[in-house]
Amino acid sequence: MNQRFQNVGEWIDSRIGFSDCVWPLLTHIVPRDARWWYVFGSATLTAFIVQVISGVALAMAYVPAGDQAYESLQFITNQAPFGSLLRGMHAYGASAMVALVVIHLMQVYLHATYKYPRELNWMTGVVLFFVVLGMAFTGQLLRWDANGVWSVFVATEMVARTPFIGQSLADFLMGGQTVGGSTLTRFFVYHVFVMPAIIFAGVGLHLFLLMRHGVSEMPDPNRPVDPATYKQEYEARLKKTGVAFWPYAMWRDVVFSTFVIAVIVGCALVFGPPALDHAPDPASIDANPVPDWYFLWYFAVLSLLPPNLEIWFILGVPVLGFLVMFCLPLVSNKGHRAPSKRPWAVGIVIAAVAGFLVLTIYGYLEPWSPDFGVSELPASVVGVDQGPVFEGAKLAHEKGCLFCHTIDGHGGHRGPDLSNIGQQLTRDDLVIRINNGGYNMPAFASSLDTDQLSNIVDFLLTRSDDDAPTGEGG
Amino acid sequence: MSESNETNCQKGDASDRRSFLARLTMWLTGIIGALMVLPPLAFVLSPLFKKRPADWRPVGKVAKFKTGETVLVNFEDPSPEPWAGVTAETAAWLRRVDDTEFIAFSINCRHLGCPVRWVADADLFMCPCHGGVYYKDGTVAAGPPPEPLDRYHVRVRGDEVEIHTAPVPLTTTPLSADA
Repeated sequence: MNQRFQNVGEWIDSRIGFSDCVWPLLTHIVPRDARWWYVFGSATLTAFIVQVISGVALAMAYVPAGDQAYESLQFITNQAPFGSLLRGMHAYGASAMVALVVIHLMQVYLHATYKYPRELNWMTGVVLFFVVLGMAFTGQLLRWDANGVWSVFVATEMVARTPFIGQSLADFLMGGQTVGGSTLTRFFVYHVFVMPAIIFAGVGLHLFLLMRHGVSEMPDPNRPVDPATYKQEYEARLKKTGVAFWPYAMWRDVVFSTFVIAVIVGCALVFGPPALDHAPDPASIDANPVPDWYFLWYFAVLSLLPPNLEIWFILGVPVLGFLVMFCLPLVSNKGHRAPSKRPWAVGIVIAAVAGFLVLTIYGYLEPWSPDFGVSELPASVVGVDQGPVFEGAKLAHEKGCLFCHTIDGHGGHRGPDLSNIGQQLTRDDLVIRINNGGYNMPAFASSLDTDQLSNIVDFLLTRSDDDAPTGEGG
Repeated sequence: MSESNETNCQKGDASDRRSFLARLTMWLTGIIGALMVLPPLAFVLSPLFKKRPADWRPVGKVAKFKTGETVLVNFEDPSPEPWAGVTAETAAWLRRVDDTEFIAFSINCRHLGCPVRWVADADLFMCPCHGGVYYKDGTVAAGPPPEPLDRYHVRVRGDEVEIHTAPVPLTTTPLSADA
């Protein structure tokens, strides 16, 4: 019996060629010094496989039609056995994939692995990185809740800014001149057919190039890359000190990938999938479109920029960002690889990470957004319960002052804090400012009568740190 | 069978035959490719060339709207696909100015298209996304929007108020933009 199995095995191997073709690839010689640094690429691939499998399963119940997508997602989330777990895995898998591809990219950049002869490894990687971001964006949109629909509007408005072809790009994206039945089906096709196909092909090429040029060594400050001699020296060193990828290097990849999948499934089990927003009604104005975490930084950028710079960021960040990254190895493909010899590279990575964190926090807090839900000022803040000051405090809420201004911790953050405004501006200043508006403040002259204005000013003049309820030393 | 023919062929026109076959293969591959790609491409690009018909949509009886008030009205896109469902809906902020005049503002912020809200007490339109604010007449009061709110055409037919449907208002970059 055993003999028979062995024969079948040998027959298959001789026809397929596992021993001849695949085994040498698995056991190719890699440098022994990389250790844990090189696990992020394979972990990104693991996350991608999670996405493919969970995505295929989700597609069996998801209906990519404007009128039913939302209902089908509710069915997947609330009724289908394992549906919630699956959506969770797809969502956390997406987060993992974005995070890991960025970490992989930063590691490769810091170690300057993009230099000779691995320029194309980097360039295919940059294409893959942007396609992964495209997958993240379209994936958020396929949730097809209020947030998803409004994401289409935002994306459409952004591409519409492109000179010459903006209108055509926008119509192409929406599948017409309004968001409607054709919009979701198009994004579904990008997310499920077009971009995954590019990723499959791209990963194939990326891995082929990895085999062709070999795994890079850890950078050595004393050994800059010289294209004339690099290959021979690399081969010679590898022969002397290299180890077989399977299993001496691969076990680390597998250990880390196990950790990644454990986190993805664990998060899906514990936290569940992202909650669905309201129904996808473009007529509903109660939506507050916010991107998923990976684009919050960009959301913040778009709020904080002066309008005349905006066009450069809306179009420049994706287009120039891609070109700069893509062309990097064409500009710099030799010389030092060690971070210690490349202070600018280290600086760029630190600045990028810091910028990402700060802008993400800003994007999360949305201080520029009016706080529509703010409630009336409590009596403890107002201090009186009748008269002009009391009326003024009520008006500060009714007229929307508190949407943008905070008073003793109540209100939005778009405009300056007014908790101490009575100490900072005179009555005349306040009247002028409220009537005429100012930088980023509307003029209220036409929407307040004289009495109302007078009441609001009376109220504001009582605002000083001294009477703040939390103030110390009264 | 035709040994002599074959040797002739190999001897005499080998390179001609080779280049002919190579060229034939390339041309036919190109034709196969074009036939495969062009119809789907035309299909995918068709929305760029299709003019959607605009249409008047009733949004309510004149008497329903009070003079001076700005209210949200819903209406349907022209010729929506049967499977569009709720996504075919769109809305406008409709204000009755006097007995006969109405104004309808698009709900899309001119910055990046988010839905603006009418804050009646403050007489302002406010956008939740990036903090755009518009005055009552739709002009920009604060924030990043580069242009005033878009307006729909409105008419009164009999006792019915009607809005003329329109594409999503896009803020495009003018070709003369310098800097």
